[in-house]
Amino acid sequence: MSDVAYEIVIGLEVHVQLKTNTKLFCRCSTEFGNPPNTQTCPVCLGMPGSLPVMNRKAYFLGMKTALALNCGIPNFTKWDRKNYFYPDLPKGYQTSQFDLPMSEEGYLDIKSTKDEFEPRRVRIIRAHLEEDAGKSIHDEATGKADSRIDLNRTGTPLLEIVSYPDMRSAAEAKAYMQELRLLLTYLDVSDCNMQEGSLRCDANVNLHIPTDDGVIATPIVEIKNMNSFRSVERGITYEAKRQYNVWQETGKVLGELPKQTRGWDDSAQITRSQREKEESADYRYFPCPDLVPVVVSDEQIEEVRREIIELPATLRKRLESEFGLTTYTADVIVNQGRGLVDYFLQLAAASGDNKLAGNWVQGEVLRTLNELEITVDQFNLSTDKLAGLLKLIQSGDLDSSKAKDVFAFMLESGKSAADVVDEMGIEKVDQGDLENLCRQLVERNQRVVDDVKGGNEKAVGALIGQAKKENPNVNPGQVRQICLDIINSM
Amino acid sequence: MSIIQKSATEQLALLQCGQLTSVELTQAYLERIKAVDTSVGAFLRVESEAALTQAAEIDRRRTAGESLGKLAGLPVAIKDILCTKGTPTTCGSRMLENFVPPYNATVVEKLQAADAVILGRTNMDEFAMGSSTENSAYHPTHNPWDTSRIPGGSSGGAAACVSADMAPLSVGTDTGGSIRQPAALCGCVGLKPTYGRVSRYGLIAFASSLDQIGPLAKTVEDAALLMEVLAGYDPLDSTSVDIPVPAYTASVSQPLENLTLGVVDHHFGEGIDPEIETAVKQAIATYESLGASIQHIELPHADYGIATYYIIAPCEASSNLARYDGAHYGYRADQAEVLAEDGSDDGPLVRMYRKTRSEGFGAEVQRRIMLGTYALSEGYYDAFYLKAQKVRRLIQKDYNQAFEQVDMIIGPVTANPAFAKGEKTSNPMAMYLEDLYTVTANLAGVAGISLPCGFTESGLPIGLQLQAAPFQEEKLLRAAHMFQNATDFHTRRPELS
Repeated sequence: MSDVAYEIVIGLEVHVQLKTNTKLFCRCSTEFGNPPNTQTCPVCLGMPGSLPVMNRKAYFLGMKTALALNCGIPNFTKWDRKNYFYPDLPKGYQTSQFDLPMSEEGYLDIKSTKDEFEPRRVRIIRAHLEEDAGKSIHDEATGKADSRIDLNRTGTPLLEIVSYPDMRSAAEAKAYMQELRLLLTYLDVSDCNMQEGSLRCDANVNLHIPTDDGVIATPIVEIKNMNSFRSVERGITYEAKRQYNVWQETGKVLGELPKQTRGWDDSAQITRSQREKEESADYRYFPCPDLVPVVVSDEQIEEVRREIIELPATLRKRLESEFGLTTYTADVIVNQGRGLVDYFLQLAAASGDNKLAGNWVQGEVLRTLNELEITVDQFNLSTDKLAGLLKLIQSGDLDSSKAKDVFAFMLESGKSAADVVDEMGIEKVDQGDLENLCRQLVERNQRVVDDVKGGNEKAVGALIGQAKKENPNVNPGQVRQICLDIINSM
Repeated sequence: MSIIQKSATEQLALLQCGQLTSVELTQAYLERIKAVDTSVGAFLRVESEAALTQAAEIDRRRTAGESLGKLAGLPVAIKDILCTKGTPTTCGSRMLENFVPPYNATVVEKLQAADAVILGRTNMDEFAMGSSTENSAYHPTHNPWDTSRIPGGSSGGAAACVSADMAPLSVGTDTGGSIRQPAALCGCVGLKPTYGRVSRYGLIAFASSLDQIGPLAKTVEDAALLMEVLAGYDPLDSTSVDIPVPAYTASVSQPLENLTLGVVDHHFGEGIDPEIETAVKQAIATYESLGASIQHIELPHADYGIATYYIIAPCEASSNLARYDGAHYGYRADQAEVLAEDGSDDGPLVRMYRKTRSEGFGAEVQRRIMLGTYALSEGYYDAFYLKAQKVRRLIQKDYNQAFEQVDMIIGPVTANPAFAKGEKTSNPMAMYLEDLYTVTANLAGVAGISLPCGFTESGLPIGLQLQAAPFQEEKLLRAAHMFQNATDFHTRRPELS
């Protein structure tokens, strides 16, 4: 290998909190942010004699996601207990799925909008359901080693999506997370809020390093606590460099050290060792005797498959092929979520100009949303009104810079494009007047004529400036074209 | 005959026609408990005041002509393993000494809805682990027929209180024989229903795939009466089965025609007490005289029952009992002792877990947690747990095949009558063999009943076991009633001063 000292190998384990009103095995609310321990009952508190009953909605949301990830759904799946002691795990075991998960073998395609990597298909090993644990709040500041437990989150349904180690750069890992989040948002199965923990990511990372004796692999490290897309990228990048340095110092390769867990410290921008996995590895999985296996028919699976709306990958292709958008524009619009796509589709239909609609949605509309920090649902400019503006552009009545002014005024006033144009005193210039003006300008500027005739079309720009001085309402594009036509016919 | 010697069915009739009030009946039992429970120790707590208040309220409603539940006014004792809202539920353990559940077990709700009078909580082996009620963290229970002997277990208090006329009805649980074995040793009727017939919600779990709640009573009719209230589907228990509950009391006295009983010759092999063998064989002869035909059958894998059971039950228990860690409720080791360094590498959290669980659990519970933890461990899982599950399926298959040939299986409940206190405490294997004839019903999930079929020369009760296919409790009760009708073993009561 020439300039690259190593290859990074990355597999991701993503935990997605499913958007159910109630928990996986009881009827407590899953709402985020309420006072500690106010959303609990004997079942999620793990009190003696309490028994779990599966929330079928969670199972079907899980299945919908798995199908969208191209996974196979077995007709039979069961629940297992993962046994370990921790204060935020009140039963002393987590109800999860071990050897017969609810879905297996899928994939997610990723690509870079900035050409950071080649398009890649990341294979998925499995997606299975499990219950979330509670939260431990360690008050180390008091020096009393005081810990508090909040069990509101205990029992919230999680879908754990485990990828193959198919990613080869931090950028790919970040793109995988972003694409997965987008998919989950389109499916409306999760809030996908990384800060609130409804979307969490652990990365298994190691390096393949070419040496004189062939390629060696460094010991695998699991990185936790990456709470944003940026930290996924930075955490992996940091970890790769760290592993390379450690390998240079110690020469230790895969198998010579136990699997290590390291936490990403976002403020220090480093990973820190949490524990050697070896110490706590035996979870004593066995089938949960309190729950019956889930049996699902092919018809039920197909029913869920039919519920899946058009997903990002298909939408991008359709915006390109059917609507003639560029790959870039299609990506930008689709990556913003279904809301902006719908806005685009309506605008395209109302304006009758797909490309212009695409450019405006990708440009002014998106810029405005970002500036105001709002979503498209909160955007008060209807597609009908915006289509009115686009029609003025199409007909040549408005140039693009004026159109932007009109757009801004429309946003403020809520008025139609025509009304704003009137109020701003923008008048449509009579075609005959425009042609007369252009003819006069050409006659007055022999040098421009000579330059253009000499092959320098750009010289005509000087005439546009003069035309604007004479009449601010002229459309620069039209002035340019008319002047060129006149000169060329001379 | 004093009122407390009558059957629950008779008492209910008297209550219904107004010849008896619930307060009178409850008072009579409370007096009996006061008089004899010091020598039996069947109860962990007697809830005299609450019981009398409840009885008075039921009497008032009856006088007012209000509609009443199926057990209206009848006292019932509850094994201290069923969670009852606002009332301590200890499971016979230090771990739950001060535990007050904020919810009711489904069967407790059903008893309350049936207007039963809850008399108190009966003693048991800690977490239902044991066959003698000597493993209670509080006190042992003594066999009313001979107080130097054990009453069986784990529902020892439940059986002893019925046998000693301290309650007309009681509710027990059976994981490997914990209703049938004490019923046999105390001379009463005990039914272990089909797995899934009675809701386990609020039953403090020992081994979830084996635990079932069932009635203990003096007569088969009484067991049918209580069973009718306990049984039924519960949406809170995913393993309960949604099929209708027959009116057991309506059919219990109808004899079964063309009854075919299976006898497993192996049951009478080595180790069975000759007096028990004689009594059970006599019982088989009685059935023949009642028109039943006898067929010899095999349960080829029954020999592996104990081994299988003592892998599966501890495995489940090790996980079910993990929640008692001192963090959330129940016993927690002294904080100062936890915080003190103990020379180990463990941090305060692990020291808290270890001390809490070492102090809160008794020896037998700790033994089973260790057995289960070991059997589920990496490298042992396949050899123990998985293998045991395979054998369990073979045992189920044995039963399925048997029930294609016969209606029920008849045999002994125990190999020996009640043994002396302390006799088996130092020998866990001998204690585990107490479940020899009963565990297979739990492993297969079938129904089983124990009923009195004789006495040893020294006057100790002998039990007869009938087992039937899943959800055949109605037939089981009818068959048991046929025998009871032809015999008078159930009428004898122990002499207690």
